Amino acid sequence: MTRIEVTVDGAKVSDEVEPRMLLVQYLREKLGKTGTVIGCDTSNCGACTVHLDGRSVKSCNVLAVQADGHEVTTIEGLAQDGELHPMQAAFHECHALQCGFCTPGMVMQSIDLLNDNPKPDEQQIRQGLEGNLCRCTGYHNIVRAVQTASGQEVNK
Amino acid sequence: MTATQDAPSEQLEIGRDRRRKEDQRLITGRTRWTDNITLPGMLHLAMVRSPFAHAKITSIDTEEAKKAPNVVTVVTGKDLGEEQGSLPNAWPITPDQVAPAHPPVAIDRATFAGEIVAVVVARSAAEARDAAELVDVDYEELPAALDLKEAANDTTLAHPDLGTNKSAKWVFDSGDAGTGGNVDEAIQKARDGDGIVIEREFRQQRLIPAFMEPRSTVVDPTGEQITMWSATQIPHILRFLLAAVLGVSESKVRVIAPDVGGGFGGKLQTTPEEFITMVMARRLGKPIKFTETRSESMMAAHHGRDQWQKLTLSAEKDGTVTGFKVELTADLGSHVSLIGGGVPVLGAFMFNAIYKFPAYHFSVQTVLTNKAWTDAYRGAGRPEATFGIERMMTELAAELGVDPLEIREKNWIKHEEFPFTTVAGLEYDSGNYEAATAKAKENFGYDELRAEQQQRRESNDPVQLGIGVSTFTEMCGLAPSRVLGSLDYGAGGWEHATVRMLATGKVEVITGASAHGQGHETAFSQIVADRLGVPFEDVEVLHGDTMVAPKGLDTYGSRSLVVGGEALVRAADKVIEKAKPIAAHLLEASPDDIEFKAGRFGVRGTDQGLAMAEVALATFAAHNLPDGVEPSLDSDATYDPVNFNYPHGTHLCAMEVDTETGAVKMRKYTCVDDIGNVINPLIVAGQVHGGLVQGIAQALWEEAVYDDNGTLVSASFVDYLVPTAADTISFDIDHTTTPALTNTLGTKGVGEAGTIASTPAVVNAVVDAIRKFGVNDVRMPCTPERVWKAIHHSGGGEPTTEAAKPHFDPASGDEGTADRTDGASE
Ligand code: FES
Ligand code: FES
Repeated sequence: MTRIEVTVDGAKVSDEVEPRMLLVQYLREKLGKTGTVIGCDTSNCGACTVHLDGRSVKSCNVLAVQADGHEVTTIEGLAQDGELHPMQAAFHECHALQCGFCTPGMVMQSIDLLNDNPKPDEQQIRQGLEGNLCRCTGYHNIVRAVQTASGQEVNK
Repeated sequence: MTATQDAPSEQLEIGRDRRRKEDQRLITGRTRWTDNITLPGMLHLAMVRSPFAHAKITSIDTEEAKKAPNVVTVVTGKDLGEEQGSLPNAWPITPDQVAPAHPPVAIDRATFAGEIVAVVVARSAAEARDAAELVDVDYEELPAALDLKEAANDTTLAHPDLGTNKSAKWVFDSGDAGTGGNVDEAIQKARDGDGIVIEREFRQQRLIPAFMEPRSTVVDPTGEQITMWSATQIPHILRFLLAAVLGVSESKVRVIAPDVGGGFGGKLQTTPEEFITMVMARRLGKPIKFTETRSESMMAAHHGRDQWQKLTLSAEKDGTVTGFKVELTADLGSHVSLIGGGVPVLGAFMFNAIYKFPAYHFSVQTVLTNKAWTDAYRGAGRPEATFGIERMMTELAAELGVDPLEIREKNWIKHEEFPFTTVAGLEYDSGNYEAATAKAKENFGYDELRAEQQQRRESNDPVQLGIGVSTFTEMCGLAPSRVLGSLDYGAGGWEHATVRMLATGKVEVITGASAHGQGHETAFSQIVADRLGVPFEDVEVLHGDTMVAPKGLDTYGSRSLVVGGEALVRAADKVIEKAKPIAAHLLEASPDDIEFKAGRFGVRGTDQGLAMAEVALATFAAHNLPDGVEPSLDSDATYDPVNFNYPHGTHLCAMEVDTETGAVKMRKYTCVDDIGNVINPLIVAGQVHGGLVQGIAQALWEEAVYDDNGTLVSASFVDYLVPTAADTISFDIDHTTTPALTNTLGTKGVGEAGTIASTPAVVNAVVDAIRKFGVNDVRMPCTPERVWKAIHHSGGGEPTTEAAKPHFDPASGDEGTADRTDGASE
């Protein structure tokens, strides 16, 4: 067991974890942050995407001990005082989700995408979301949501 | 009492782009996935799965596993014996169907790679998985039936004790049914005279539904009632079958499908994992959870499609079709699953699509193999049928050298001919293929793209352009019960709804159609808001819990809105009827003088009236009701439609094919769907986008591939190519409106339309691009390798401007077809 101290969604937590525990397991099982989900065992689906010190990572690909001393933001830490994050609002507005299983990861990845490139074109958005699978939406509306959140004109 | 409340706004909810109610929890991570559920003292399961496609289990040593930390027990199929029951097969399509017994845990023989042979129960999921590695199983490998065509000949037996792999043969013949003529005669006539006969053999490869939320089940046996949470599409059917198979009283089982992360037919199943979790929870008296890994999901959740189609189409020289003969061989996998045996039969009614075929014959031979079992996958039987006919109509056009839309127009049912009884015996109530096609052509820029194609052909451009056409229809809204019964399906197709006016004026709506991403809470709120004249926000839709919604037949086959939505309308109308005498009494008017409009009961010819909310409160208080009137504004309705309904559409696709590398790239996709009246255009567009990508994926990328040993080599998202945002494009979608005549709302289903229509549109486009090399087919998925081979096998690698040669002569019919290199997967 290893002791770690992590700031998760703004709150400092301290825990004993097994060295093999994944960050996604730590979030879900130890902290009850079940907004972050697991869709695969090959780091391909992106459902588990969170921010580690502000950058998106697949939390099934990071050990909990690697988060020691760092800051983690999950989908549950985005909305402030009941106000949706603009990316969440854009997903809602553009109907960029259906079952919603990929959504937390998609939203986290999309935010990071705009951090790097505040005005991406459609191809850049598609490339930027390549690591996140969605089976429901056909991506069309997800692309529109990212365009909307970036303040760009959206063609239907 | 007189009116005190303003009548709600007259703006109708139906037809509005309402943002979804369900988004809030999904977007903020406050979701209720099954795997999120943790109960005090909960145990966890891990499955030990066979690595062999077919093997005798000679012994299982569980001792080491039992000694592992925090392991509670390890059981084998033998240990469970009768207690585990046999998984249900609800659709024996013929009385003599051959179906092996299906214990959830294999007892002495494993029949596909991935089948469960032992179960570990431990205090944590990780400990259960670790211990599962310690279970020592001795197998004696048996020859496996893997190739579908060989299996159909009983070359190797999937279940030696059955003596055959042939499960059932189901036949429809229009001559016998009296709906048309004799196909063999029509084909012979075309061969003898100067007609045309097109013969093709198409492969519907095996697909994996690949819902994003892996399947998960939690069972809590404590208390009076056993509660199961499951990531399922069918909580009601599951409850019934758990009770029936395991001998528990139905009233003692509660099934909850909380938020469910996609299904696409893949969660329309009663799974071994659900039965095992239930049996173990009852045995141990403790809550238990099982959540599968992605690779388990790909190996052992059911697969879809997997057919060979032998098709023969006869026509006159002017392109008028005279007969169509369909011979299918369908792979069921190792067992006959819940409705898997009947999936190809659903296709029987759709091979004639939108056309007036004078003679039609359909037969399917279902076959057992040593692979994962197959069952419904988005469209279930109808995508396979639509692919077959839309490819054939395109080949007929190519043969005659005419535009593929022209050949369709020549044969389709004209707008003024509806209602129309098809050669397959269905009555289409409404449709307008002309309107959808005209709009699609225009939106797509059909003529311009055809001109560009011609120019690229003539200039021998290394990148050729192909245009694919698919004018589809489907039967959706799975019901009517009587029809399902006539096809030997084990259940009905009705749906149930409850509408309750609450004292606060809010409305509680309960539906048996439980959603997994379709937005029922929003669309159903819109329907009820209009019907009762209450604000959209005041309607609360409850579903997915058999204790809350005790009756229902769940969500599949695009039936929620057309069957479940209509049940809601009827329940709401009953509430209005119940409220009328109460309102009359309160207004001191005769019930005959009361009219209900926009949420208000008014007295005809006066400005006197009461809002629905006021009547609801007065009913709740019950201080002053007419004599003998029940103090309740609750109503139920169970609706069983008289007919399926028939959405249709015209899909057009432009594909660029690099003739030097075989790489294909989508340039444009336009579709115009006609699903009758639309409740929520935003939701409908989303369903179309998602459906399109699933259908395009079948055409271009996805395939479940087994190797020569029967191991699934595409058992992860590394090898099974679910498309990403970067693989796809934005779509141009639109609709025409021809209301359904068989339900009040005038709606038709849309969930499967995109998938059904897009696969043939894409393949038609790929073939169209390279037809000039003498190519008349490319097998799916159209990988660069297959496309390249198709070009170079028949064209000797030299581009030619010659038109594709006729291919209807069987001797040359296979010329342009790419060879499969992975023969073992057949
Ligand atoms: S669960 Fe992390 S990428 Fe799939
Ligand atoms: S919304 Fe269902 S997987 Fe993306």
